[in-house]
Amino acid sequence: MASSLLEPLSIKTDVLIVGGGMAGAWAATAAAKAGASVILAEKGYCGTSGVTAAAGPGHWWVPPDPPEARAAAVSNRIAAGLGLGEADWMHRILDQTWRTLPTLASHYKFGVDDEGRVNYRAVRGPEYMRALRQFVLSHGVMILDQSPVIELLARDDGSIGGARGLRRQQGGRLYEVETGAVVLAAGGTSFLSHLLGSRTNTGDGYLLAAEAGAEMSGMEFTAAYTIAPAHSTMTRSMAYSFASYYDADGRELDLPFGPDQTQRLARALLRGPVYCSLHKLPEDIKARLHTISPNVPLVFDRWSVDPYRGRFEVTLHNDGTIRGIGGVRVIDADCATSVPGLFVAGDNASREKVAGAISGGGNVNSAWALSSGVFAGKAAARLARGVRGGPARLQPLGQAGLRPRRQRKAIDLTAVQAGVRAEMHPYDKNLFRDGTALAASRRSLDDLWTELTDHALHDNIALREAAALVATARWSVSTSIRRTESRGMHHRKDYPAPDPNFAVRLLSGGFDRVWVAADQASVRVDELEATP
Amino acid sequence: MIELILTDRCTNCGACVEVCPTNVLDPSTSGPPVPARIEDCQTCFMCELYCAADAIYVAPDCDRRVTVSPDDVIASGRLGQYRRHSGWDEWADQFPNNQWLMELVFRRAGEAATKPAGTEQNSIP
Repeated sequence: MASSLLEPLSIKTDVLIVGGGMAGAWAATAAAKAGASVILAEKGYCGTSGVTAAAGPGHWWVPPDPPEARAAAVSNRIAAGLGLGEADWMHRILDQTWRTLPTLASHYKFGVDDEGRVNYRAVRGPEYMRALRQFVLSHGVMILDQSPVIELLARDDGSIGGARGLRRQQGGRLYEVETGAVVLAAGGTSFLSHLLGSRTNTGDGYLLAAEAGAEMSGMEFTAAYTIAPAHSTMTRSMAYSFASYYDADGRELDLPFGPDQTQRLARALLRGPVYCSLHKLPEDIKARLHTISPNVPLVFDRWSVDPYRGRFEVTLHNDGTIRGIGGVRVIDADCATSVPGLFVAGDNASREKVAGAISGGGNVNSAWALSSGVFAGKAAARLARGVRGGPARLQPLGQAGLRPRRQRKAIDLTAVQAGVRAEMHPYDKNLFRDGTALAASRRSLDDLWTELTDHALHDNIALREAAALVATARWSVSTSIRRTESRGMHHRKDYPAPDPNFAVRLLSGGFDRVWVAADQASVRVDELEATP
Repeated sequence: MIELILTDRCTNCGACVEVCPTNVLDPSTSGPPVPARIEDCQTCFMCELYCAADAIYVAPDCDRRVTVSPDDVIASGRLGQYRRHSGWDEWADQFPNNQWLMELVFRRAGEAATKPAGTEQNSIP
């Protein structure tokens, strides 16, 4: 959508939150509670947008009593994270989630189990996000729906002082927000897979942060995949914990429930179509499936498939950085970035410190989204109080897809999108990796980047999304090339074992020249030696 | 993808236009909203949840268009199914939110996977 000729809307506020999913909503509330005036700008609609809204997050939830319980949970997670997690961060998000989630009881009816106990940890996505929207509004936050941010604005000293976007249901009217601090909570990206609810998650927040000078961390960890009935978006995996799988000849496949099930399924899918039956799901769960996950049976009902007696074809959709881990590097306990005035939350931030080298799954990622939102929102409010003053002179920071370096010409967006999918989705490229294939991916993505930056027209959301997708894919591929070992969800066929020298987080960034470097802060001798 | 908005049922409240995360729909002065950018539809079913008139049908197919007959959809009872099972609005007392069972299902699956075949339990412990 191109911008309109209407007079731009100009707004001033203490804190701007970019993104109205779970992390953005908690960040907005925290900033408002801390006394800041807050605007939340969302590309779609705060309440339905993002991957939480269509899913059912279970938060990482360990009561403080007995104290050993949290210590045990953290210690298990540290071991599972293979040297990249940090215990103090894990304790912080467990504690923040425990204290904050129940405050939503004024707007969300938490479930009650069969023994009459309130269950806080597991919430249903659509109701949760509907409640969070009302919660945000009740704190006086102004929400701009259908208002994608196009670029950040910087003050003369390089600190972030605002953002520019357009209101796509008001004829593309431009808006500009001048602000004391910005929290990026624009989500991760599935690289346009059919992961449920992820179509607007195109990595916009990574692009915005990188243009401001922030670094990424953990971008090699994009090899998460989730099962769905073929041709559907229904990546809700609970029922598949009891699934049976078959090849095209009807022979049962050995794909037991467990940590390596996704890899086994991907290998089977590389050989041919895979079919599934849910007949082993316990009868009491079958009877209640429509009130546990009401969207799951929709697919079967509407296709007249009986998943308990018949068989249906399945596929794996890429989770990219959503159930993957990479994102903008967090530099302190406030979820600040290396750019003054810029904070990150949720999937927009790297989750390595709480997830390590494996997927945070729903639990850790949800606790992170809530907690990082609270940390970033509070800190942004505090910072904004200190920068109140006269109007600032603000410089726009957007480049690719906005300000072409050579002559403008029409870009085939469908081809760019297909090009990103072709490198980031195939199991034999992104799940089972090797140096030769990664190098070929890097060349293809570099060509897409050159085309976009040289020629793309201005003020077009789709072009900015395309730039974000290509930039993110390039950081991911380059970091995967650099990590010449296998660790967690990063599997190199040519380096199948972990290498103790790589028990470090890898930073990345750059546009025309992508760079990768070890994060010196993550090099810890004690954990390095403990790595198997 | 969103395949149907039933003219007879649609009250033109505009909710689906407002809440669509991918901005698929345009309002119309002469009838129900128009899926002007259906290629952007992400098959998330959110418009169905927010349609109090149960006028919208989203086909589960995310990568191909399918032909849907309004008569068949009305007869199938699928209109409003998602909103009903979610216990939204007038259904709040009839369909409880059992999301809390999710972790129990995963736990039972984990236990079943480590037990010898044939010993799985089929009831909640």
